[in-house]
Amino acid sequence: MLARDVKCSNIMIIDTDAPDHSASEAFRRYEFNGSYDEMFRSTDLPRKQYRPLYTQLLNLGADELRRSKQEADQSFFNQGITFTVYGSEKGTERIFPHDLLPRIITAAEWETIERGLTQRITALNLFLKDVYHEARIIEEGVVPAKIVYTCKHYRREMRGIKVPRDVYVTVVGTDLIRTPEGNFVVLEDNLRVPSGVSYMLTSRRVMKHIFPTLFRKCRVRPIEQYSQVLLSALKSLAPEGRTEPTVVLLTPGSYNSAYFEHTYLARQMGIELVEGRDLLVHDNVVYMRTTFGLQRVDVIYRRIDDDYLDPLVFEGHSALGAVGLFNAYRAGNVAFANALGTGVADDKAIYAYVPKIIKYYLNEDPILENVETLLMSDAAQRDHVCQKLDQYVVKAVGESGGYGMLIGPHSTSEQRSEFRDRIMAEPRNYIAQPTINLSTAPCFVDGTIEPRHVDLRPYVVYGENITIVPGGLTRVALRKGSLVVNSSQGGGSKDTWVLQN
Amino acid sequence: MLSRVADSLYWMSRYFERADNASRVVEATYGLILNPAKFSTDERWFHAVSSLARGTTSAHVDPQRALFLLVADPEGAFSIMKCIGGARENARQVREEISSEMWEHLNKLFHEVTGTDLHADDDAGAMRIVNIVREGAYRFHGITDTTINHGEGWHFIQLGKYIERACNLSTLLDSYFSVEKNADDLDWVGLLSSCAAFEAYCKVCTAELKPERIADFILLQPEFPYSVRYALDRMHHALTSISNRSLSRRTGKIERLIGRLRSAVTYVQIGEVIRGDLHMYLAAIIEQCRDLHAAVHEVYIEYPIEVAFES
Repeated sequence: MLARDVKCSNIMIIDTDAPDHSASEAFRRYEFNGSYDEMFRSTDLPRKQYRPLYTQLLNLGADELRRSKQEADQSFFNQGITFTVYGSEKGTERIFPHDLLPRIITAAEWETIERGLTQRITALNLFLKDVYHEARIIEEGVVPAKIVYTCKHYRREMRGIKVPRDVYVTVVGTDLIRTPEGNFVVLEDNLRVPSGVSYMLTSRRVMKHIFPTLFRKCRVRPIEQYSQVLLSALKSLAPEGRTEPTVVLLTPGSYNSAYFEHTYLARQMGIELVEGRDLLVHDNVVYMRTTFGLQRVDVIYRRIDDDYLDPLVFEGHSALGAVGLFNAYRAGNVAFANALGTGVADDKAIYAYVPKIIKYYLNEDPILENVETLLMSDAAQRDHVCQKLDQYVVKAVGESGGYGMLIGPHSTSEQRSEFRDRIMAEPRNYIAQPTINLSTAPCFVDGTIEPRHVDLRPYVVYGENITIVPGGLTRVALRKGSLVVNSSQGGGSKDTWVLQN
Repeated sequence: MLSRVADSLYWMSRYFERADNASRVVEATYGLILNPAKFSTDERWFHAVSSLARGTTSAHVDPQRALFLLVADPEGAFSIMKCIGGARENARQVREEISSEMWEHLNKLFHEVTGTDLHADDDAGAMRIVNIVREGAYRFHGITDTTINHGEGWHFIQLGKYIERACNLSTLLDSYFSVEKNADDLDWVGLLSSCAAFEAYCKVCTAELKPERIADFILLQPEFPYSVRYALDRMHHALTSISNRSLSRRTGKIERLIGRLRSAVTYVQIGEVIRGDLHMYLAAIIEQCRDLHAAVHEVYIEYPIEVAFES
């Protein structure tokens, strides 16, 4: 805490025009809880990058904010920007909950994030190539063989397969959080089929409409080029000799929770949105069934998990993929983005080794640090955690979306003992992390502005080189005090503004 | 275009046309039963129900029940709500193919229509929905024509719309002419209004309501959008445009079917049709539309793989 105050003290001196307390009615219910606050250094003392927003909020009444919020909601609803919740019978289609107030990141902060993520993704991609070829990193004992080969998402079938341009991860969504000291650290990597980018793009459109003046005043960097960046990355994977490659987006269909995103991205890139039943494989070449006849497919941006891609190789009963896709892939006649088997690198137990992985391949220290992670497969660490479960967050290594998780401080003793049993039964399947207070950002909730916990998911695209559009999805735990930001668990999103230098 | 996508566009359009048609029929019929007349209310509703809910046989449909059945019955496959839901569900499958404006309008319409919990005895509520759909339909047609490329997808949309319209108009004519002798002027106004044709008819034929002229207008008039002939001409245009784009595989059957259908409404005079068996004549049109639907499905949507590799 102290260190941060010292670091910022030179900026604080300029802060003489801070409005007096009577003006801050809008922030009446803004309470600090020891987390890093994105907007305020302390009560009524906004950080420099937030000052235009702060002034605007003081001038706007609650009624006006409410009107804007309604307008934004309506716009999301009419556009059908929705997601699907599994396991709830009624009204499976909901609009994506979003918060009206932007989350702002300075040019300097972004610079660190950008360098850190580029470094991390480069290393993880090298790791994947290594693991599926010589496996040097295992041989040299940097990462234990046991952890790699027991990973649920390790795909033996990928051994020795050359993927186009050695790019395994075309699209990555890495979750960052900010510690109470104000540093961004990596919470988890999503290297399989990260989602949410459409919410980043659509909420930007809505925000520009609602806060045009503020937007210009803040000098926010654009993110709209994302689809072009992604399309050219996908095209770069095309099999040799296919100069005008056909790129398609493979979706599980309209009942998938991210279906809106699939349609949105396909439309933005101008590529076909296909389902498994549109594809067929003949002589190891993939075709789609069109009214013209069959058309060859070169690159598949697949939004289906490995397991369901090809019933011949993986889940035999899956109807989501198409028979023979994997053989066509192996023959080099079609490319997948992301490659298969990338899940081994975002396994939460492998995560603990990422700093070592970076060091091993790049001989650099990680720019973005990890959260301290305890492996339950290690007996000493396991005993330690099991005794203090109420202080830890326990996660299943292969899960995402906030499923299969125990948040110690918010858990009941039954939940804890249930998790203890689960850990004992399958230690490799769990890791534990100390509970971290995510940073808070102002949110417009029930007519007032209150702090809520947030994280940040920037999207990294690995094409000819690595591109990160300046922005991302700021996910918000909309329930007061909650630390869970996943949309399936009552989380929402905010537009993320990265400022020009 | 993906075959599955073409199929969804086609069905989106058919369901929408079905809802549009139902809303006009219900509105016209509801207007009629408010008048005292020699023809009983029940029979008028029977017209409506039998022309919409194909296969209904019950001669006595309780009017209140009929209105609810046609507007909001969650079970019945023919209610306006169901059809709007069907159109939206198909549109949802091909979100990336239709324009945002089309989707937003259809989605909004769907929520407006299904958002109200309608009681079986709420006439005014039901009619409000009918009105929303009828007006929403004009807007949807306008948006569809102005916001997307008039390419293959649009032609499949046109095909779905007009094949549905040709069938609906034929069924409607059949149900009115099956009890022609009992009908009075008000009934004929009802028939014309069901086809959005009252004013257009008056312009061409004056307000003198003669069954034969009315049949001529709805069946054979080449320039009115809600006539069978017009619908068949548009279908022909859509099918020709689609087959010009594709690598002309086995479209012979389609050409033969649409050619025969068009000649049935182009080279006849209404007198022959009326003096002959009007019911059989209309049934044949519906039957041939069905054959055409099957042929289109076989050539463009679910063709056998061997055929695809032959060419």
